[in-house]
Amino acid sequence: MSKVKRNQIIAYSLLSLAAALTVTILLAIVFYIMSRGLAMINLAFLLEEPRRMGAEGGIYPAILGTVYLVGVTLLLATPIGVGTAIYLNEYIREGLFKKVIRFTTEALAGIPSIVFGLFGFIFFVILLRDITGGWSIISGSLTGVMMILPVVIRASEEALRNVPNPLREGSLALGTTRWYTIKKIVLPLAFPGILTSLILSIGRVVGETAAFLLTLGGSLLIPRTLFDGSRTLSLHLYMVAMETGNMDMAFGTGAVLIILIIIINFLAGALFKRLIKRFS
Amino acid sequence: MTEQTNKSIKIEVNQLDFFYDQKQALNKISLEIPEQEVFALIGPSGCGKSTFLRTLNRLNDLIHKTSLKGKIKIDGDDIYHSSIDVVQLRKSVGMVFQKPNPFPFSIYDNVAYGPRANGIKKREQLNAIVEKCLRQAALWDEVKDRLDDSGTSLSGGQQQRLCIARVMAVEPDIILMDEPTSALDPLATLKVEELIHELKQNYTIVIVTHNMEQAARVSDKTAFFLDGVVVEVGETDQIFTNPKMKETEDYITGKFG
Amino acid sequence: MQQTLKKKAANLEERIVKIILIIMALASVFSIGLIGFFLFKEGLPFVWNYGITNFLFGTTWNPTNQIYGIFPMIIGTVLVTILAIVIGAPIGIAVAVFLAEVAPARLTRIIKPMVDLLAGIPSVVYGLFGIVVIRSMIRSLAHGPLGEYLPGTYQTGYSVLAGGIILAIMILPTIITISADAIRAVPKEYKEAALGLGSTDWQSVYSVVVPAAKSGIITSIILGTGRALGETMAIIMVAGNTVQIPEFGWQGIFAPVRTLTGNVALEMGYAGPEHRQALFATGIVLFIFIMILNSITLALVKKEH
Ligand SMILES: Nc1ncnc2c1ncn2[C@@H]1O[C@H](COP(=O)(O)OP(=O)(O)O)[C@@H](O)[C@H]1O
Ligand SMILES: [Mg+2]
Repeated sequence: MSKVKRNQIIAYSLLSLAAALTVTILLAIVFYIMSRGLAMINLAFLLEEPRRMGAEGGIYPAILGTVYLVGVTLLLATPIGVGTAIYLNEYIREGLFKKVIRFTTEALAGIPSIVFGLFGFIFFVILLRDITGGWSIISGSLTGVMMILPVVIRASEEALRNVPNPLREGSLALGTTRWYTIKKIVLPLAFPGILTSLILSIGRVVGETAAFLLTLGGSLLIPRTLFDGSRTLSLHLYMVAMETGNMDMAFGTGAVLIILIIIINFLAGALFKRLIKRFS
Repeated sequence: MTEQTNKSIKIEVNQLDFFYDQKQALNKISLEIPEQEVFALIGPSGCGKSTFLRTLNRLNDLIHKTSLKGKIKIDGDDIYHSSIDVVQLRKSVGMVFQKPNPFPFSIYDNVAYGPRANGIKKREQLNAIVEKCLRQAALWDEVKDRLDDSGTSLSGGQQQRLCIARVMAVEPDIILMDEPTSALDPLATLKVEELIHELKQNYTIVIVTHNMEQAARVSDKTAFFLDGVVVEVGETDQIFTNPKMKETEDYITGKFG
Repeated sequence: MQQTLKKKAANLEERIVKIILIIMALASVFSIGLIGFFLFKEGLPFVWNYGITNFLFGTTWNPTNQIYGIFPMIIGTVLVTILAIVIGAPIGIAVAVFLAEVAPARLTRIIKPMVDLLAGIPSVVYGLFGIVVIRSMIRSLAHGPLGEYLPGTYQTGYSVLAGGIILAIMILPTIITISADAIRAVPKEYKEAALGLGSTDWQSVYSVVVPAAKSGIITSIILGTGRALGETMAIIMVAGNTVQIPEFGWQGIFAPVRTLTGNVALEMGYAGPEHRQALFATGIVLFIFIMILNSITLALVKKEH
């Protein structure tokens, strides 16, 4: 066998090995967490309140906290993010304003979550305490909005860009206003793409911990209003693992988280496939 | 002949220059387009026909870094004057594109799109408009039983007639057509040409075409474009049988690249 | 003309919509302005009062006695980040080349969602896995065969190494996805030209395709670095969080360390006023690290065009 031929075989074996390693790591993490966590999951675990700081009992408040936080964050971030994308893609052309917005979105996307946490803490939790209730779902959500805004903006812009231009021109040429064209043609066509971005943002909020550590407060009580402190599943996992040392409870929570993330990724993937079909 | 000279001027173009960024695409275009006639624009590709057409409904406004000099008047109004509402302008100057671009909803909703945008909500009224326009576009008999099917499910020729019906539903008085049959087979082309013939009675039509026979068949007047300039304009018969300019002759006899 | 072309009473809806959209578009500018402002407002006066060199290069962190030197945390952050890149980048790039150039489409379709899933797993789950699996493995090494060479505090498994490995796994998706995109974006003709000259497939990938995708690959590494620098939860869970500078030498990777992010997350909850300002100042240092990285990426992208 020639030397070049042999080099190719060695190189490709190493590349395959790297891929195999990556897949193995993923499967190892998922299976390990599941194998230790699934046994914990039952109705009581999901629907009961925790006892002894979460070392015993269920994770119900954390589930509620996650749902509230995700809901409020998306409710606020969606109009702002999609609105920004519409303005950038449908109303203005390349130029200073667009550059500034693009730069700030990039910068916002790069900021570490703990820095968002610092800001959320000093601004929403301390400064606006009278409005937000201090450590609360509202404070967490407002911080979360800032974090997922870049994701929503970028993905929505992408979705808007994919709407064929002849359809826009066709509508405008009929003497409709820009906004009417956006409402009736552009947004409906971009909808699956925007939805994909929103689903991925849910993943981001569910997976985020550092920022919410400083803004949600980590209360174990069932939140009664959006102005109450709370904790998410991720935060719960962290606190249980680090404070009570009961790893089984942490693994149970971890398994719930992984199942959630798998569902989210599956939904986003399915939507994305439909999207590709539509435009090809 | 006397019948044509009596017609009043619908569109008056005066010393029109158009630029994409630095690049000049139209150069000192002056044309008069009479009412209720078919006016054809011919010329090699890239010579500025589409650009010119799109200045008439200000669709070029949507393209970044374009600029325009000179005047275009429709019924005496300068359409680039600041008092003009572009949306109103586009309602009275409809456009049919080179590639059929039906919206991805039902045939019915495609035709009803314009009227709805204008605030017509009553079902009977919309029904009437849809039927009338589809009949005018010679599409009614083919689609009357499947108005709820998607507009994109039609054949290319049917799609183009749907787009024409969609334009008519807005009741424009000018219709711009940019190579409306270039994506269609000969039979579909024939149908659209017949339609253009019908439409002439109610509309002023400006049509860009690549196809010389088509220009000869459907139009009353023809302008020959070359590199952003109008080389020659006149009665279609005269342009095709007795062109005055050497370039025009070369082009219509096919000597041109 | 049947319809008048003159402007109707200016279209109100259109105008209002536009104003609302502008306000929304300004929200992200506003956010970053606010974040920057409050971060610096809280942290900067402290840095001035305490002294910038004392703060950055002080080796003792003892808030109870008003001593705030973050040098050990800077070292800790740099060490785990470098380790993460050293481990993660080669593997990530290899996987990217594999997916973009070697693997059959069917295999890529299976692996791609897995890489996405890797990106979606919450960092606390990585942390949990890190404590229970990776840290235990390192502990049995550090407490066992290497025990006689390492000080007792280096034998717990909570270490630079544990942090580096977990971060390496966490940055894999970033590096794989962006590098693979860059490699796929290289025009097919490049490779065909090389193949036409008689190169083997691997030679053309190695000497033509990968170099052509260089700036994308570098961008992926920088973004991965940013992710590693900014990661908080997973690293707190496995790195040990001791404020000390690791021994110089191989033993150092078994040392427990605290990162800048960890410092903030661990102490914010109970910090008094001055202590809190010191933590904001820590945030500023982190912020500046990230901004430097971002500018490098931006410069790279610019050079590309
Ligand atoms: N959107 C555009 N941006 C820049 N240049 C354009 C654009 N559209 C057309 N052009 C240029 O303007 C000239 C005229 O184009 P066009 O009007 O489309 O010609 P025709 O329709 O006669 O084929 C061509 O040189 C073309 O390259
Ligand atoms: Mg054209």
